Amino acid sequence: MSGNQHTERRVRPQAPGRLKHYMTVVLVLLLLWGSAVQTESTLSELIEGLPNVLDLIRQMFPPKWSYVRHITDAMLDTIRMALLGTTIGAIAALPVAVLSASNLTRTRWIYMPVRFLLNLVRTIPDLLMAAIFVAIFGLGPLPGIFALAVFSFGLIAKLTYEALETIDRGPLEAMTAVGANYLQLIAYSVIPQIQAHFASYVLYTFEINVRAAAILGLVGAGGIGLYYEVTLGYLEYNKTSVIILFTLAIVLIIDYLSSKLREKLL
Amino acid sequence: MIELKNVSKTYANGTKGLNRISLSVDKGEFVVIVGLSGAGKSTLLRSINRLHDITEGEIIIDGSSITRASGKRLRRIRRDIGMIFQSFNLVKRTTVLRNVLAGRVGYHPTWRTILGLFPKPDQELAFQALERVNIVEKAYTRADELSGGQQQRVAIARVLAQEAKIILADEPVASLDPLTTKQVMDDLKRINQDLGITTIVNLHFIDPARQYATRIIGLRAGEVVFDGPVEDATDEKFSEIYGRPLRQDEMLEEHAI
Amino acid sequence: MSKLGNASIRRPKKNHYRWLILAAVIAVYVWAIAGVPFNGIKETAGQISRAILSGLLSPDWGYVYLPEGEDLLRGLLDTLAISVLGTAISTVICIPFAFWAASNLSRTRLISSSGKLLLSVIRTFPEIIMALLFIKAVGPVAFAGVLALGLHSVGMLGKLFADEIENMDKGPVEALTASGANRLQILWFAVLPQVLPGFLSYMLYRFEINVRSATILGIIGAGGIGTPLIFALSSRSWDRVGIILLGIIVMITLIDWISGAIRKKLV
Repeated sequence: MSGNQHTERRVRPQAPGRLKHYMTVVLVLLLLWGSAVQTESTLSELIEGLPNVLDLIRQMFPPKWSYVRHITDAMLDTIRMALLGTTIGAIAALPVAVLSASNLTRTRWIYMPVRFLLNLVRTIPDLLMAAIFVAIFGLGPLPGIFALAVFSFGLIAKLTYEALETIDRGPLEAMTAVGANYLQLIAYSVIPQIQAHFASYVLYTFEINVRAAAILGLVGAGGIGLYYEVTLGYLEYNKTSVIILFTLAIVLIIDYLSSKLREKLL
Repeated sequence: MIELKNVSKTYANGTKGLNRISLSVDKGEFVVIVGLSGAGKSTLLRSINRLHDITEGEIIIDGSSITRASGKRLRRIRRDIGMIFQSFNLVKRTTVLRNVLAGRVGYHPTWRTILGLFPKPDQELAFQALERVNIVEKAYTRADELSGGQQQRVAIARVLAQEAKIILADEPVASLDPLTTKQVMDDLKRINQDLGITTIVNLHFIDPARQYATRIIGLRAGEVVFDGPVEDATDEKFSEIYGRPLRQDEMLEEHAI
Repeated sequence: MSKLGNASIRRPKKNHYRWLILAAVIAVYVWAIAGVPFNGIKETAGQISRAILSGLLSPDWGYVYLPEGEDLLRGLLDTLAISVLGTAISTVICIPFAFWAASNLSRTRLISSSGKLLLSVIRTFPEIIMALLFIKAVGPVAFAGVLALGLHSVGMLGKLFADEIENMDKGPVEALTASGANRLQILWFAVLPQVLPGFLSYMLYRFEINVRSATILGIIGAGGIGTPLIFALSSRSWDRVGIILLGIIVMITLIDWISGAIRKKLV
């Protein structure tokens, strides 16, 4: 290097310590190890269980297609639940979204607590909500609809208030200038700006709700989910596979239609 | 050193990128390829290390055909050809040193490089390369924290660490300001002279081409329309290459920026 | 609807469709509402909701920690452990799937679209149903929940990872190819450093979702806090329901907050 006449010698920097990296790796490994111990998950258990899984899959085929007739009503119920749950949630979400948007509700003391409540609502998974509503209202699709309504409310309200906060201020000011009151302001300058987004969120939530509604029956909240326990309980796995495939088909069809509609909206 | 025999390249849509090009470049030459954008400069350069496949002809690097090579043999030939890009092509989220060491991967077994076990001489080589382009103090800085000129110098250091016998530079200064353009071109020229590395550079502007090249190749619509020493490349010749009289902004890069 | 009058002047034809669509929507809702059995509501509904509310307000604090086990903290810990392990497993499994489904790295469109299709099929398969099947294989234990989350999350993570790969800068790949690197080396030196932060961020995001999912796995016996919750609900010990719900809300809020903070640092 002494023969390197073109470059003035500059000091080579010290390699930065890698302690932080190693600590992170150790921490993550500890976390994984602890989790494995806590859940008693071992590789040997997986290897022992694997033949059972394969056996189960073998017993699922060929599916007993005639079973579709028995579960069509339950599938229609499932779609009903998703539809009504989404609708109720969407209607309830609209005013709350306006209250949560800091550009429409200027008072911090209103929109902060409303948002906090929204966040709380969204922490409870829909199946848990359904289990609670079943305890309250009894078995049937009604508690399922309520559970989906609460879930939809939380999701749509959040998406909508975030969209509300990005709207153009111009029309708002124009309406204020012509002396509109609060409700007129919302109707003529906010809703036209937000309606396409709102419709898109509602459709998106509906897609999620169809999937959710298909399993609510596991806790007795109506829909096709009920039939999992029935068929698994009687070890009729070739019927279980029919339920799974039927649900899959409906979900994919609804997803497809809904996403086409959403594309058109935006 | 590099020999192109009747090389043509036709794209899938039928456009001709290169049209029957034959030329050879000797060891230690500093060749600048000029021409309008779309004339095939980049295609020609990328054909030499086979980042682009040619459709006709053959390219020989140091006695072996890269056109017919594949797999390990192709990688072995590529290892001897360093490339510098207009957009630097560094991994922005990793350190300068790691970017330079990435130039060494062709020399080692995969497992060794993946574990990051570059041997001591490699580390030394990387540091020397960084010293040669005056940027060694940034060895442990993330690449995206450097300016454009600094990033291009790191890219040059990567090629040096690669111990390439040929350097291909595809518009190396097109995204740089005039001052850093000079630094980068000076670096390339110095490396060419000190280490005798054959260098082929694509340039859009005429002035630096005249200033740095020992030989100029003019491309127009995929064909070589000029090939000769710098002294022969008069303004009239350049007008021919460009297919029209020269504009002032093509002479001096400062005006174009 | 405020624009309706306006539209009728300029585009009377479109107006026709509007009525048709409206009629269809009304018909769908009539169908939907007519199918709901409203008479099934228990008379005790009001009473029970009040009981649950008062359970939430005066929860069974004693259940938080019991020396002999089977308490709230251990239930939550179990839930967390299931989500940690499930997320880790799915992250490892989904990486090859993501490279398969990324259109910029596979040779033909057919390969990447088949990968994408497979991922979306996995995604539509609910974790709770997977858990039901795994329970048949390994028994009603937390491990079944781990496997269910691990498999189900592959669908979403694989898609997000594939998007991340598709958005990367191709330049370094070109540079490494030019220097004579092989495919694995290109992957390691040019692709991974670019996509890793995104991968980690998506992994954390999926972890947040998995914590929520893990709280319900217990309902069907696949471990976690869901099992005691279902027991408390069916034995009508509302104050215990209250403390478990509070525990879940606090845990999920904390996890969201921590994970969100780390994700902000990554990007």
